[in-house]
Order: sequence, then structure tokens, then C-alpha cells
Amino acid sequence: MDNDRVDQITDNHKCECGHSGIVEGLSDRVDRIIDKHNCEASSLIQVLLEIQSENHWLPKEALDQVAERLQVPLTRIQQIATFYKAFSLVPKGRHGIHVCMGTACHVRGAQRVLDTVENLTGIKPGETDLDLKFSLETVNCLGCCALGPVVEIGGKTHGKMAPAEMADVLKNYE
Amino acid sequence: MERINSANELEALRKSILSSRDTNKPCITICSGSACHASGSKEVAARIEEEIAEQGLSDKVDVRKTGCHGFCEKGPIIVIHPEKICYFQIKPEDVTEIISETIIGKKIIERLLYTDPATNEKIIYESEIPFYKNQERLVFGSNGSIDPKNLDDYLAIGGYAALAKVLFQMTPDQVVEEVKQSNLRGRGGGGFPAGSKWEGSRNAPGDIKYVIVNADEGDPGAYMDRSLLEGNPHSVLEGLTIGAYAVGSHEGYIYVRQEYPLAVENVTIAIKQAEEYGLLGKNILGSGFDFTVKVHMGAGAFVCGESTALMTALEGRAGEPRPKYIRSNVKGLWNRPSVLNNVETWSNVPLIINKGADWFTSFGTESSKGTKIFSVVGKINNTGLVEVPMGMTLRDIIYNIGGGIPGGKKFKAVQTGGPSGGCLPEGLLDLQVGFDELTKAGSMMGSGGMIVLDEDTCMVDVARYFLEFLTDESCGKCVPCREGIRQMLQTLTNITQGRGKEGDIELLEELAETAQEAALCALGKSAPNPFLSTLKYFRDEYEAHIKEKRCPALSCKELIAFYIDPEKCRACSICARKCPSNAIIGGKNLIHMVDQEKCTKCGTCFEVCPPRFRAVKKISGEPVPDPIPEEARIIVRGGKKNE
Repeated sequence: MDNDRVDQITDNHKCECGHSGIVEGLSDRVDRIIDKHNCEASSLIQVLLEIQSENHWLPKEALDQVAERLQVPLTRIQQIATFYKAFSLVPKGRHGIHVCMGTACHVRGAQRVLDTVENLTGIKPGETDLDLKFSLETVNCLGCCALGPVVEIGGKTHGKMAPAEMADVLKNYE
Repeated sequence: MERINSANELEALRKSILSSRDTNKPCITICSGSACHASGSKEVAARIEEEIAEQGLSDKVDVRKTGCHGFCEKGPIIVIHPEKICYFQIKPEDVTEIISETIIGKKIIERLLYTDPATNEKIIYESEIPFYKNQERLVFGSNGSIDPKNLDDYLAIGGYAALAKVLFQMTPDQVVEEVKQSNLRGRGGGGFPAGSKWEGSRNAPGDIKYVIVNADEGDPGAYMDRSLLEGNPHSVLEGLTIGAYAVGSHEGYIYVRQEYPLAVENVTIAIKQAEEYGLLGKNILGSGFDFTVKVHMGAGAFVCGESTALMTALEGRAGEPRPKYIRSNVKGLWNRPSVLNNVETWSNVPLIINKGADWFTSFGTESSKGTKIFSVVGKINNTGLVEVPMGMTLRDIIYNIGGGIPGGKKFKAVQTGGPSGGCLPEGLLDLQVGFDELTKAGSMMGSGGMIVLDEDTCMVDVARYFLEFLTDESCGKCVPCREGIRQMLQTLTNITQGRGKEGDIELLEELAETAQEAALCALGKSAPNPFLSTLKYFRDEYEAHIKEKRCPALSCKELIAFYIDPEKCRACSICARKCPSNAIIGGKNLIHMVDQEKCTKCGTCFEVCPPRFRAVKKISGEPVPDPIPEEARIIVRGGKKNE
């Protein structure tokens, strides 16, 4: 997803005073995380993981702050943030949909389930809808192959999914 | 908790733990591994605790949330001790009955037992169920009986005795020698002898050395390392500490995927507990040996499972591999000697120390000793983790333990070794599993993924699937991998989408050879394996796709069409209601038809059409028959069709 889309999503969610609602209070939290790791540059990945885990994505402001405090060039942070799958440079929806594309799920029809999710939500893997309702990701094995094909939504696992059931499951999310 | 300061104190503590435990007291163990968790074990556990409190049994019944039992197909699983009664697929609603009937009434609830599909008999005990009976669970067996968050449970089954033994009775050289004698080979993929790796590190110059647990388990469809780390983290820590003592390291790392939150949590707790007990940290067990362990979470990159990439990632950089002119056991993490072994390899170490190399080598084949945990998944009845001695045949694993193929379908192939492995056909079912045996057949051991494929699986698509995975995961550092795999994927995608042409197979072979020869790391070098092995054993499928534009397994979306047989359709409308694309032209008492323009080929109609009609068909390589005329579509009930 490109920068335009990030802007579009952040614009959609500004509060009345003009602050971007998504990054509110983030600076303090980032400071706290960095302090926890004693400002060590070798902890860069762990710091980014914690920010990602708390904020669900890595806003530009947060990356700048990490670069300054850890004394690491922003280019290296960008390299890491784009190299590893766990990081997102765009905001995430309220409900993260993870469609398992592991081998066991694949041979049991995961592609058809993914196609259906894409049709129903209107987003492709790696994207978030403009209402910030859903983010769609594919993952390469959730380790519950007995339940395949598996779709995890907001941490809840939905096993033995068939395309026909997907609509009913997604209806439950606001 | 007071620190343990000697081997004698450890044994004294173990005795006091054992004597405080009443072996006759009922104990309910609940599998809380990730797979059972996903099928609702958390809710079951909560209900059990609630019910026990309500019935005032809190003092009389223990409840223990354990790691993965392995039989994921039948989760959530509970085992009631001391009788060891196994109940499967428990729902919260079953709990009240379990407590009142089995715990209080000592009666067995038939419907929750395992039913042997062959004989239809109910089986009460784990040890008699074919899935468990045919395994040899040396490493994985303790998972079902200990609470991974409680070090006392691990001590109660003899935990850390091996560590005490090496610290007080063995020199580091003796430890290395014992592991070398055992011929323990790396369980993560390469199969490199662990003892030689350790020895190389021990003899390498330098005071600072590292030992590392590779828990960056990335092969899709393989989750044994996760289950070990979640279910028995102390066995990994104990093995790691023994390794550290052997090579002379004082600092260790556990590199674990952040996608495994429970493994991260359990191993972090385990480290903390071991430190409190004096089993990690300064002056371990009063021996003067210091060793600390840190957990590093991987941020999601398959290539980081490769040893040099993993070390680069540990240093806080993007995890790209480097050439191995000098092995990492001599120059690894921060250019220091570093021993990296997989979770399962480390877990084997305490067993070897406790029972000796001779005992360990009594299991397995000439070149592969001990046992191996496989995750048997895909088109298989008993999905789960199985631990078998090396040398068992694929047939025994798939049929005797795995219970064969569901739905009366025919076995086609088994894929082993993850994305670097290959597919083995029916003719090789009697192959004995072992590192060299699998490699010779064109596949590999890998970390132990075993994906069973049936007649509905398209082998070209399987090769395409793995190359898609690897294209995505290629770090991009070397050209043969970054560009070569991408081109292979493009060609395979063309073939599965009906755009294959003469010469594609030869082109793929050429690209495969280049990647094998020239790629920097194992990811690229082994990337062509899925293609080469499927080509070797299933060339006819490639040719059908290219020459006839036909998918013999009726799986490739672009090459198949769904069609309703007008002779068989009874206008029940189920397919029309379920179709997510409104592609069924239906109507009351009218033979249904598929609107080929609207059809997205999701296969829902095929799945929901009642078995007594079986009207929906998949066709490939031939044109879809023309729709029947409107007047011929009317069905007159009473069995006669209006002509």
C-alpha cells in the first residue's frame, strides 16, 4: 500500500482537534519501550516488535523517534521494517483476518477460502479497508493443521472453513 | 524458592516434590497446545476448574494444563489420571458429566472415548490407541504429563539430572564425545552431526562463544518445535545448558518466531524459574559454571531459519544469509564461535546424557539414530505430531499411525521436508525414513513436515505453491534465488493456468540447475526440489497441463469447470442457496445450471450437492456441455421427468 492510502486512512480518523487519532499518545509509549531496552541499537528489532504489538503498525513519527534515540540511521530502520513480515507501515483494521496458506490448508482448499474473503471484504492480502474494519493477511501455518483450512480473525481461530461459511463468520464483526 | 547449590540438593528437592505428590489422587490433564487451544481447550479448562470448585472438589482433584499431546485431530483432549482414561473432542457441555461420572463415580463415559475406525471398538487408554501405540515417544512423550509453566513438574520426571551429571561427573570433552558417539544429527533440516558441530566450536579459538536454539520454525505444515517449546521448555533449556558447558559458552539465545506467542511466554517463564532455582545464571548448581539465556523474537522471515541469516537477525539486522567459507561454529554470531541447533536436537541431548549413547543408537537406522517427530498433516485421518524411530516406513507412519486417507480417497504422494523437500509417490511408501534415505529419493528430512496428498491434489500446483512461498521468502541477496525462483514460479503459474507451452519443462529444469548450483544459501539451493521431485514422479501431470490443458486432479481453477449433470439434478436448490456468486441458474422444479460467466469456481456447489444426487461435476480438458433447452429443465415430481 502506498503513502496516499496511509494519508487517506489517517485523514478519515482525525479527531476534532485535528490530531490524528491513530498516533495519539504514541510518543510516550515509544519512549517507554526504548527505555526498557536500555537504548541499545542491537535491540532494534525487539523495539520495533513491541511498538508494532502495541500500536498494530509503525507510523513514520515512531520510526523517526526510534532512529533518533537508538542512533540508528532511518534507512536501516526502513530496511528492517520492510524486510520482516511482522511489521506494517500502514494502519491496521480493528479485526485482523489471517488466512492460513500453510501446505496442509493449501491442499484442503485455502485458496478458495482466501478468494472468498477477498470478494467479501474487497481487500487483498496486505491491505486494510478504508473504514479500518478489516485487515487481510495471509500466513504460512498457524500450527493447527487438523483444523484446516483455518482463518484466524482477531485472535479467534475458525477451523474447517468452507467458502460458503465465510460470509456468516465475517458478519459477526463490526 | 531457595537456590539449589549442589547435585545432592537437586536430588533432595526432587524427592520432596515426589513425596508431596499423591499418585492416587485424581488429576485431569488438559492439552493446552496451540491446536487444542484453537479447538476450544481453554473454555473446557475453565469449565473444569469451575465445576471442580462448585462441587467442592478443589482439594481432591488436580487439574493440569499441559502441552501438546500430539493427537491434534481429536482435540481438545483430556486424560484422567491415575487411570489414564483418554477423552477426546471435549466440549464445555461435557464437563459436568465428566466430573460426576468419571471423577466421582469412577465410571467411563463411552461416547467420549476413542473409537477405532477399523474395529469400531471403544478404546479407553492412550497406550492402546493405534495412533499412540505405534509411536516411540522419547522426546515428546513427557509433554502430556507436565505443566510447562511449572518447573517442579519437570523435576518430578527426572528433569535436570542430565545437567547435574555433566557438571559434576563429566568433562566438557566427555560430553562432546558422548554426543558424537550418539550420532545425533540436526533435526532442523540439514542433518549435520551435532557432536562434530560442538567439537568444532569447542576447539575454535576465543573466550566468548555462543549456543543458540533455532526455534524459527518456518516450514508450513510443521509445528513440532513449537509444541516442544510450548509443552516442555525445560528440556530444551537443559539440553542447551549442557551444550554450553560442552563447548565452553556462557551466553545462549533462543530465537523464536513472534508468531508463536505461547512458546515465547512458556520459555520466558521457564528461564525465569530455572534462574530462581539456580539451574541457570551464575554458578549453576554450585558447580562454578555460569550460563545465561536470552529470548529473541523473530519478526517473520522464513530465511532466518537458515543458520547464518538467523545470526545476522540476532545481531539486530535484516536476516540475510552469508557465504559459509568459514562455518558459523567457528565464526558465527558477532564473529564468535556459535553452535546453533534446532529445538528438537537440543531436547534429545538430556536423554543421551541420561541414558547413554549406546541406548540412543539402539533406535534408528545405520546413518540416522534416535527418533524423529513428524507432523503428519494434509489429507490424513489422524492429523497430529508423531514421534517414531528413524527407519520406520512411510507406509507405517501414514497408515498405522496416521490412519490413512479420509473419505475413501486414493493416496497420491507424501511431501516431506517443507519447501526444500520433495514429493514421494505411492511406489516409495515402503521407504524407511532417515536423513540419507529421504535425500536419495529426491526429498529430504527437513524439520519433519509430512504432508499427505490424495488424488484430488494437483502435483503441478504443489510445486507452484512451494515456489510461490519461496519467492515470497527469498531475501533477495543473490540473483539465482531472487530471479531464478521467480521465473520458475512464473512458468509454473502459466502451466497451472493453461498457458503452458512446449519447452516449459526444459526451461524449468535449466533454471532449477542454476539455482542448485549457484544460490548462496540452502533456501535457494533446495528451492527447485519441489519441482524436480514432482517432475520425476508425476511427469504425466505436467504434460497433461501443457499439452491437453487438462488438470488430472481436477484442482487447477483455470483448467476446470463446474457442471451440473441434468440427468442427476433433482432441483433441491441447496447449491443455488449456498453459491456465494449467485452463479446457479435455479428455480422451483427446474434442473439447475451453472452460469459459467459468473462462476468463481469456489467449489461450494460441488461440496453441498447431496451425496444421493452427486449432480455437480468437475470437468477439465473438455468443453462444458451446452445448457439444455429451457423446456427440458422442468422436473415433474413422482420420479418422471416432463419431456
